[in-house]
Amino acid sequence: MTDIAKWIDNEVKSNDVVLFMKGTPEAPMCGFSGRTTQILNHLGVTFKGVNVLESNDLRQGIKDYTNWPTIPQLYVKGEFVGGSDIVMEMFQSGELKQMLADKGVA
Amino acid sequence: MAMSAADIERFIKEALPDAVVDIRDLAGDGDHYAANVVSAAFKGKSRVQQHQMVYSALKGRMGGELHALALQTSIPQEQP
Repeated sequence: MTDIAKWIDNEVKSNDVVLFMKGTPEAPMCGFSGRTTQILNHLGVTFKGVNVLESNDLRQGIKDYTNWPTIPQLYVKGEFVGGSDIVMEMFQSGELKQMLADKGVA
Repeated sequence: MAMSAADIERFIKEALPDAVVDIRDLAGDGDHYAANVVSAAFKGKSRVQQHQMVYSALKGRMGGELHALALQTSIPQEQP
């Protein structure tokens, strides 16, 4: 594993809910990251935002880590949940709330 | 460089020949699309896996020359 993959792995496994995003939860720099942040806030989830714009290694590393080409990426209890489309779909169907409750994080 | 909707559809159908693909150009700029992809190949796969199948059909263009593709995937309805 590369250093950046190890770093990502540690973030994902040591935080219950992590959102890799462009910008920060307070100031998202992309509409998709903003939309996902809003959904998590709406559900009252405490999450850690990791700004991929701070490092090119991280920006590429997170895409390689899960073989997922886009950002944002949501991880809950070490598992990749999806990007903004999947999070939106799961939110609308109520699945996201249920999943977060099942995992004991909201 | 932007991609045309026809290119996106062609790449998806090369990888998923049975797919029914519906693409909308959201901003009219050839850079922001929404695609609805229906294929029996998605059966038994999680949403993440279904999206990964579409991304892999696009052969690395997603996140590169294709900036935004809002994706919805589903399995064809069973005929009664």
